[in-house]
Amino acid sequence: MKKILVTLAVLASVSGMAQETVYPAPAAKGVVILKGGTVHVGNGQVLENATVKINNGKIEQVGTNLPMPAGDVKVIDVTGQHVYPGLILPASSLGLQEYGGGIRGSNDFFEIGENNASVRAIAAYNADSKITNTLRSNGILLAHVAPQGSLVGGISSVVQLDAWTYEDAAYATDNGMHFYMPSLLPRPGGGRFAAFLAQFGPAQPSDPVKQALETIEKVKQFFRDTRAWNAEPVHAERNLQYEATRALFEKKQKLYVHASQVNQMLVAVDFAKEFGFEVVIVGGTESYRIADLLKQNNIGVILNQMHNLPTGDDDDVDQPYKAPAALQKAGVLFCINDDDSQNRGRNLPFNAGTAAAYGLTKEEALTAITLNAARILGIDDRTGSIEAGKDANIVVSEGDILDMRSSKISYAFIQGRSIELMDKHKQLFERYKYKYGIK
Amino acid sequence: MRKVKLWLAGLVLYMAQASAQPSFPINGVASPGSGAYALTNATIVKDAKTTLTNATLLIRDGRIVAVGTGLSIPKDAVVIDCKDKFIYPSFIDVQSDYGMPARQPGRPFDFRAPAQLETNVKGAYGWNQALKADVQAANLFVPDEAKARSLREAGFGTVLTHQPDGIARGTGAVVTLANERANLVMVKDKASAHYSFSKGSSTQSYPGSLMGTIALLRQTYLDAQWYKGNPRAEGVNMTLRAWNEQQSLPQIIDPSQGGDLWNVMRADRIGDEFGVQYIIKASGKEYQRIGEVAATKAPLIVSLNFPAAQDVEDPNDARYVSLADMKHWELAPGNPAALEKAGIPFLLSMSDVRDGRTFMSNLRKAMEYGLSEAAAMDALTKTPATLLGVYDKVGSLDAGKLANFVITNGPIFSEKTTIHHNWVQGNAYRVKDDNWYNITGSYALTVQGPGGSQQYNLEVKSNSSAEVSATDTLNTQFSFDGKMLKIGFAPRARRAAGAGRGMGGVQGGGALPANAVRLSGVSNGTQWQGTGLDSLGNTLTWSAVRTKEATPKADSVAKKAAPATGPVLYPFVAFGEAQMPKQETVLIKNATVWTSEKEGVLKETDVLVKNGKIVSVGKNLSEPGARIIDGTGKHLTAGIIDEHSHIATASINEGGQSITSEVRIKDNLDPDDINIYRQLSGGVTTSHILHGSANTIGGQTQLIKLRWGANDEGLMFQNWDPFIKFALGENVKRTSATSGNNRFPDTRMGVEQVLVDGFTRAKDYQALLKLAEENNKKKGATPMLVRRDLELDALVEIMNQKRFITCHSYVASEIVNTMRVAEQFGFKINTFTHILEGYKVADKMKAHGANASTFSDWWAYKLEVQDAIPYNPYIMTRVGLNVAINSDDAEMARRLNQEAAKAVKYGGLTEEEALNMVTINPAKMLHVADRVGSIKAGKDADLVLWSDNPLSIYAKALYTMVDGTIFFDREKDARMRQLVKEERTRLIKKMMGEKGAGRPTIPAQPSYKFVHTCGDHSHKMGLLELDEHDLENAQTELK
Repeated sequence: MKKILVTLAVLASVSGMAQETVYPAPAAKGVVILKGGTVHVGNGQVLENATVKINNGKIEQVGTNLPMPAGDVKVIDVTGQHVYPGLILPASSLGLQEYGGGIRGSNDFFEIGENNASVRAIAAYNADSKITNTLRSNGILLAHVAPQGSLVGGISSVVQLDAWTYEDAAYATDNGMHFYMPSLLPRPGGGRFAAFLAQFGPAQPSDPVKQALETIEKVKQFFRDTRAWNAEPVHAERNLQYEATRALFEKKQKLYVHASQVNQMLVAVDFAKEFGFEVVIVGGTESYRIADLLKQNNIGVILNQMHNLPTGDDDDVDQPYKAPAALQKAGVLFCINDDDSQNRGRNLPFNAGTAAAYGLTKEEALTAITLNAARILGIDDRTGSIEAGKDANIVVSEGDILDMRSSKISYAFIQGRSIELMDKHKQLFERYKYKYGIK
Repeated sequence: MRKVKLWLAGLVLYMAQASAQPSFPINGVASPGSGAYALTNATIVKDAKTTLTNATLLIRDGRIVAVGTGLSIPKDAVVIDCKDKFIYPSFIDVQSDYGMPARQPGRPFDFRAPAQLETNVKGAYGWNQALKADVQAANLFVPDEAKARSLREAGFGTVLTHQPDGIARGTGAVVTLANERANLVMVKDKASAHYSFSKGSSTQSYPGSLMGTIALLRQTYLDAQWYKGNPRAEGVNMTLRAWNEQQSLPQIIDPSQGGDLWNVMRADRIGDEFGVQYIIKASGKEYQRIGEVAATKAPLIVSLNFPAAQDVEDPNDARYVSLADMKHWELAPGNPAALEKAGIPFLLSMSDVRDGRTFMSNLRKAMEYGLSEAAAMDALTKTPATLLGVYDKVGSLDAGKLANFVITNGPIFSEKTTIHHNWVQGNAYRVKDDNWYNITGSYALTVQGPGGSQQYNLEVKSNSSAEVSATDTLNTQFSFDGKMLKIGFAPRARRAAGAGRGMGGVQGGGALPANAVRLSGVSNGTQWQGTGLDSLGNTLTWSAVRTKEATPKADSVAKKAAPATGPVLYPFVAFGEAQMPKQETVLIKNATVWTSEKEGVLKETDVLVKNGKIVSVGKNLSEPGARIIDGTGKHLTAGIIDEHSHIATASINEGGQSITSEVRIKDNLDPDDINIYRQLSGGVTTSHILHGSANTIGGQTQLIKLRWGANDEGLMFQNWDPFIKFALGENVKRTSATSGNNRFPDTRMGVEQVLVDGFTRAKDYQALLKLAEENNKKKGATPMLVRRDLELDALVEIMNQKRFITCHSYVASEIVNTMRVAEQFGFKINTFTHILEGYKVADKMKAHGANASTFSDWWAYKLEVQDAIPYNPYIMTRVGLNVAINSDDAEMARRLNQEAAKAVKYGGLTEEEALNMVTINPAKMLHVADRVGSIKAGKDADLVLWSDNPLSIYAKALYTMVDGTIFFDREKDARMRQLVKEERTRLIKKMMGEKGAGRPTIPAQPSYKFVHTCGDHSHKMGLLELDEHDLENAQTELK
């Protein structure tokens, strides 16, 4: 009966509502039981025909043959379906960038200036973005929203995707600092490009790699200055940029270093060694080449894009697809992202699916978009797996969530709240089914 | 007797010339001379075939009077004894800008900057400022002694110079490298006409692409032909006039921009179309496709600029240097030999080579790789002179020709040989003659001092090394610069720091002790004399006489064996092969066969492939000799067809104008693009290569099959209906032009007008052509001339259903409106591509008869896709449209099967319907469904065997076959990865060996690859891959 009620609620939202009337769900109260599904815990474990008990928004029990509590409980029968932890988009401009390009007004993700240590992404996060609901529809329930920048980009936060305002959305506020490392690859100027570039003017005036190293040294100097400054609590004048780094030194924040080249990542290790920061690589295209070093130095990796071309002509054609398997084998803490600017993040589960096709097990691939993402973002005490005590961030799919052939999201819960799976796309779908009389 | 007559004849000629006094006034006293020289006792190489020994070269007043043995020497001739010397005709370089003014750099096509739509050149010139046919090198030429000297040092005496700026560059002039007035060095003032694929200093937007450049050249040939009829509408066009005047000259084109090998073939095809055989500047990579190059029959100008070894010691540097670049480094010196072997006529040029020394050492390297001396000699003398029509003046040592020759101390190409003199027009220019006389040998050295005379023996080993001995051998310092001598010597220290040096001499810079005797003096041939100081400060005088010549060592010209190298790959990139895979008879057994036909999915079915075709589909098939592939548990589908792709081209967007229907993708296919192979690995077999979306009416498209290793023509899909790309909306409005757009249109209102205007003009043009044709048939009628317009030709084809449109489109209004414009002109929009709001107007599209090719789930990457939904393919299919899923992205094309699968998730197409969106549906919309897109007997054997259900994320292509040839085989791919690794390792070691041997290396150059994109959205590219925006950014940073 309860199941029917929930289904009706979902159906009600299908007919005649614009996204503007897709309401964030109220705080979860009482007990909800997900019964009979295949539970993918997120840590590699799979429980067939299992039950998840949610109480007041938290996961209370997970297991097979759990006793059914009596009383006012919602029981949702998900027999034959797959139950997963809510997927986590680990680095995104969601809510900061409604349109990918062509509109200056849509820029709330990239600030002017080299050092924006005190800039906070959460301040601009638009909880009403039309993109958000399309992500939920594919099982993504949390996102790490990061500012972009030319050097020190600023501070990121983790949001949950069912909220009225950014304050409601905030799941882990100001928990990361973002450093966009300059390229350490010699720029095109010689080789095949020499003649091409020669048309446009004289060759490069100086060594760009050396310049980049100097720039990186400037950033290190900034942290040396801030460390010293923060050691003394009394100052005649405040320095907002310096103060902004305090959380990094206190390990309340991680340093997210956006880097893809081996040398960039090796330089990133300096930040862990010299300042004691917890360093996470974002991008990590070539991380598979130094997986053991990353492991030794406890550097986490957010692999930005699985669906990418290999670095160069000589690389194995499927190199980006199999990079996660190399990291897994070396024991690196990594997660998988989807930073595609055309699908806007919703293919995250299929990126993981590709990793599963090229060397990860399906459960490892799932971990790479759930528990490992939570670990990297420092929220694994609250989410990332279906384990007792954690927030009930749960998604149910009719089939394998990693395969577009079978992924069809039937239910999603954020902090135990059953959220609507309506989005702008489904609404337009309804509108035009109506136009053409398609059943 | 006959010689004397010849001589007299020469004298008469000389007198006649001498009496022709120049118009130039003289500031000072006139000093005419006879300029007569006799170079005697020389080995004279008249040309590559004829060598005279102990011969004499007689010259007078800048010309050769006679060459031979036993010539009588005129009294007024200065005699130069050239015993042991060699005389060669000096070299000719036809690729030169010697004496031309410095050039302005140009600017690249910038998607975001304002356009310059018209020429900004003053004067009655043509419409495009990259056409500089009016430029005449002879008008600009100023002799430049500094540059002349460096060319002479390399053995050159004559160059063809032109201003290398623009696509048409005007005429070139043959000049010598004498240090004289422009008037006197000019051999031929209009010797050649020059073209290129680079617009140089032109700031005009058009052409902004290689295919635009090619189209501009083609159109200009047509315009020039038309201009001959003095069309009133054109007025005076000095560019076209000059163009026409130059057509009878040798036509030289430099398409070598960026070292693209295929530009040689591309250039030649333009020539073929207009009856011109260009002389073509080579890319240096001709060895990679020697057959295709030979087929052009074009003489090639070959630079001896070989790539330098890179410093790849740091594995992180080596990582980014591609196999193709390393292999080219290894094989490039073999390019001239490959040309010789293939019988391709070629000239050698010093262009792009740093200096004369590098030129000669690279030439010797080319010889090590098999280039013959005779071919090299011809390529530097006779061939260029003949092609330029100046072999009567230069190119060999024959009477009557200019006295342009070099004197060397040995065979010119030998490593130990130095050029002593380079004579140009009878003037001797010293290159290096300090060793003209071989001073080696034993000398009696007499030193006269206060204590009387002292005798020494002086053993001279070279110009910088000698040994003085009395009773003991002394520490000696020696130098000779051709005239002045320095000798210092001192008794050997008993325990000198450097003791143990076997030779005993102090070379060059070694310091002598304070007690040394120091002598300096002058050489008068084999007798030397001078003054000096002894250790006590006493003044000395000295003299030395050679008592014995050193016995010359035989020049060991033992031919080195050609270096061992890796094979040429087809295509010349990693995962290319020395032998292209061949068509096979293949029987795929027991697979799940997705026919994409009404038969649907057939379980446990066999498919037989023979002679490139599917022969039969059924159970229990057999075929003797067939390669059996077990399909048990696997899925076989037709090869995937990508309706919208931008791979395998050298340029993709001609954004210089709003209508560029004259440009053609087929003019610039790039068969070496690794993305062909990468896409085969994702099951793609046919790709429709579209022009980008920079303008409303873009360029003509090309359908290709992914025949990895084939040449550009071999990629083309044969017998297909030609298509053209249109585009609407933000891109053609140049919405991303950050500094503003000044190109019409800026709104969708304007886009409609561009279309209506274009087709209205095309209609009028068609009528005019018809009128002219009828008129010109009539006898006695004044012929009507109509300018043939390649742009309008394509639009006329569209109106006559000879060419079909695929139209980039997003929003409902523009989709409907474009159909209405088409209907107004009596044609249909064959395909709307992208078409993300197609679901809103699918009924109208169906009524019009359009196909739809779309993305599965893209949206919100710009304003015009704010209403894009992933249910679009489903709705359009259900309304009855023929729907395809395309990539428009080199990465996504590898996963089109999975992209199609999303329509099962979003909306609920059946799995068969979904797969058809990447097989038979695109085949239908491309009019090739009779040959590809499904599994049916009689169709092309373009097949993919998948490891899993082809709609699954876990599906991998195991085999991908085109025309019965397996171009991708996952097991073989694993082996090739190993081969790539091994070949890379070998080449890295070899490059490191260069560095270890002390030879010059350059810092490692990451092998960046330029990826062509539509400019519509961002792309997922590798670290080393750049698009237009990256290059612009790089440029901005440089400024």
